[in-house]
Amino acid sequence: MSRKRAVVATAAVLAGALVLTACGTNRSETGGTAGGSCDTSKGTLVIGMIAPLSGGLSALGLGMRNSAELAVDQANQKCTVPGYRLAFQAEDDQATAQIAGQAATKLSSDPNVVGVVGTLNSSTSQSVQPILAGKKIVQVSPANTNPTLTLGEAPTTDPKRPFPGYFRVATTDLVQGPFAAQYMVQKAGKKNIAVIDDGKTYGAGLAEQFAKEATRLGATIVAREKVGEKDTDFSGVIAKIRPLNPDAVYYGGEYPVAGPLSAQLAGAGLAIPLMGGDGIVDADFVSLGGRPGDLATNVGAPAESLPSATAFIADYEAAGFAEEFSAYGVLTYDVTNVIINALAKVADGGAFDDAKRQELIDAVQQTSLDGANGKVAFDQYGDTTNMLLTIYSVEGSDFAPVETGTFRSS
Amino acid sequence: MLPTLLSQVANGLVLGSLIGLIALGYTMVYGIIQLINFAHGEIFMVGAYGGLAALTYLLPAAIANQWYLALPIALVAGAVIAALVAVAAERFAYRPLRDAPRLAPLITALGVSVALQEAVRVFYPDATAALPFPSIFIEGTLEIPVPGGTVPIKYAGILLALVSLALAAGLQVFVDRSRTGRAMRATAQDRDIARLMGIDPDRVIVLTFLIGGALAGVGGVLYGGYLNNINIDMGFQNGIFAFTAAVLGGIGSIRGAVVGGLAIGLVKSLGGQYLPGGTAYDYVWIFVVLIVVLVFRPQGFFGETERVRA
Repeated sequence: MSRKRAVVATAAVLAGALVLTACGTNRSETGGTAGGSCDTSKGTLVIGMIAPLSGGLSALGLGMRNSAELAVDQANQKCTVPGYRLAFQAEDDQATAQIAGQAATKLSSDPNVVGVVGTLNSSTSQSVQPILAGKKIVQVSPANTNPTLTLGEAPTTDPKRPFPGYFRVATTDLVQGPFAAQYMVQKAGKKNIAVIDDGKTYGAGLAEQFAKEATRLGATIVAREKVGEKDTDFSGVIAKIRPLNPDAVYYGGEYPVAGPLSAQLAGAGLAIPLMGGDGIVDADFVSLGGRPGDLATNVGAPAESLPSATAFIADYEAAGFAEEFSAYGVLTYDVTNVIINALAKVADGGAFDDAKRQELIDAVQQTSLDGANGKVAFDQYGDTTNMLLTIYSVEGSDFAPVETGTFRSS
Repeated sequence: MLPTLLSQVANGLVLGSLIGLIALGYTMVYGIIQLINFAHGEIFMVGAYGGLAALTYLLPAAIANQWYLALPIALVAGAVIAALVAVAAERFAYRPLRDAPRLAPLITALGVSVALQEAVRVFYPDATAALPFPSIFIEGTLEIPVPGGTVPIKYAGILLALVSLALAAGLQVFVDRSRTGRAMRATAQDRDIARLMGIDPDRVIVLTFLIGGALAGVGGVLYGGYLNNINIDMGFQNGIFAFTAAVLGGIGSIRGAVVGGLAIGLVKSLGGQYLPGGTAYDYVWIFVVLIVVLVFRPQGFFGETERVRA
């Protein structure tokens, strides 16, 4: 091979590497069909999404993308927003705060972007919030649960809303953690619980709230451990908690770690249930090692049991998406409609411009929507007023609902 | 207390022998062409996906369910695919840059690493998320009775440790005793003089990548069978550990790679158990040990002080 050809070959390999990286980090997909007979004389407005479309959490993220796209398509067909065609633009954050920040910058630099649905992870929202707030772009998350996102640095003692343009329909860890603890201690009768988390905003916060309530209810937290979100071998942690004889493990984090962790617990002779939050509610948890009897809490009620969600489920299936709508599909569909409905109200009075962005935020604040997941409304912090949660347990190859309840601090 | 200590030692030995196996690839390539092949962790990952592909798409379920049939086939598939990718990387990415300044192939290695990771993510079905890996050995856990309790080790973990150490020992004998091994050592000492003695350095270098890749591929398949799931990030993390092990043991030394790997495995598991900060800080102790060793012994446990070349 001549020197020149060799150089060309190397350049080709490097160029290939760059192209592939580019694919990985900047995948954006545009959806939304033009409404056939609607008046779209004023142009196109974009609803953005920031969610993990690739990587370990993509099962959840792709379900979110499809559900939001469905809501946008329906709005276009029904001419919900007078004078405008809606476009949908989903950006991949790979569940990484830094990449989510890039996605937010990209969306906020487009003057047609009016609102953003997402993110999935609390940690990514932390970097997205200030960027979108700078442009007064309304953000509604179906999935963020960390209390500080709406309540500020001291959520329990001195709540202060940091971003007036940020809303969410997922109940916070302040609700979900204790709800899980009440079930595990009072209903399942577990007394010696090992608590493990992945050290991320979501996982650590949830585990903290769980541990607090479980202790208050009289259970002993026998161990408080952390694992890395990219770890695959948990033998060290498991050997550490094994001699403490826990009768259950609570894991704050997501299914890519929780599934293998559950399998390795059993592998080390600890056949005790693992419980987690909404981040582990996916069939992938089971395929990665989750065992029958493992438990989880999730926000809202199971879609299949909700009369209000039947239309969504039918429409989703009719749309023929390749992926399941997954744990956040119903809530994502609702929050997308929250933005669309608020937009319809604001756009009714004339063209949408920068001056209308505050009006849009105010309209979202005043939302009162009968969504697929039930009533959607926000309190003065931008948190949902709907405190419905469900306990799930693994049966066969997926989670099945055990009971749905409204959280009460006892 | 004793069962916990021994469990952590067992965990450390299993992880450590795997890291040692991967580190062999780093150390051999560095010994021969002074290249830190940062893509080697990804070769390990590709091997795991190669083994999984063979188990999923090549084998009928009846065979895939019999571990004594599935295991050798998965190992061979993983080794072959990893070796091919390693050799291709050498041929198309590193060889054209062999006479370039040292930084050029190093950056290229990082590029190859990213390219391989993204290639698997894009082209392997469903590889965007972690994939379940079937059990390829006796399922279950061996409970070794010790005073005060039992020490659990998965059978697949025992297999991982034994195969890794056996392969490392085999490689040492091969390099010490065989004619080809002598050619490898000669090339490592001085490529130009080796060429004068009738050795084809290109052949030796390809062989080095081939062996290192095959070992990493075997490691990838065994690791998948041990943990029962694989993801495209597995190469990065274990690659960093293995690189650290190679440096700790003395880069260029086969014995050093294994000792370095075992040292890292033990520091990780015992540090997570007994040192302040617990498992959240176990990576910290690995690099503390690395720094301390390099301060007092910059060439690592078994390394030779680097010769200055003209």
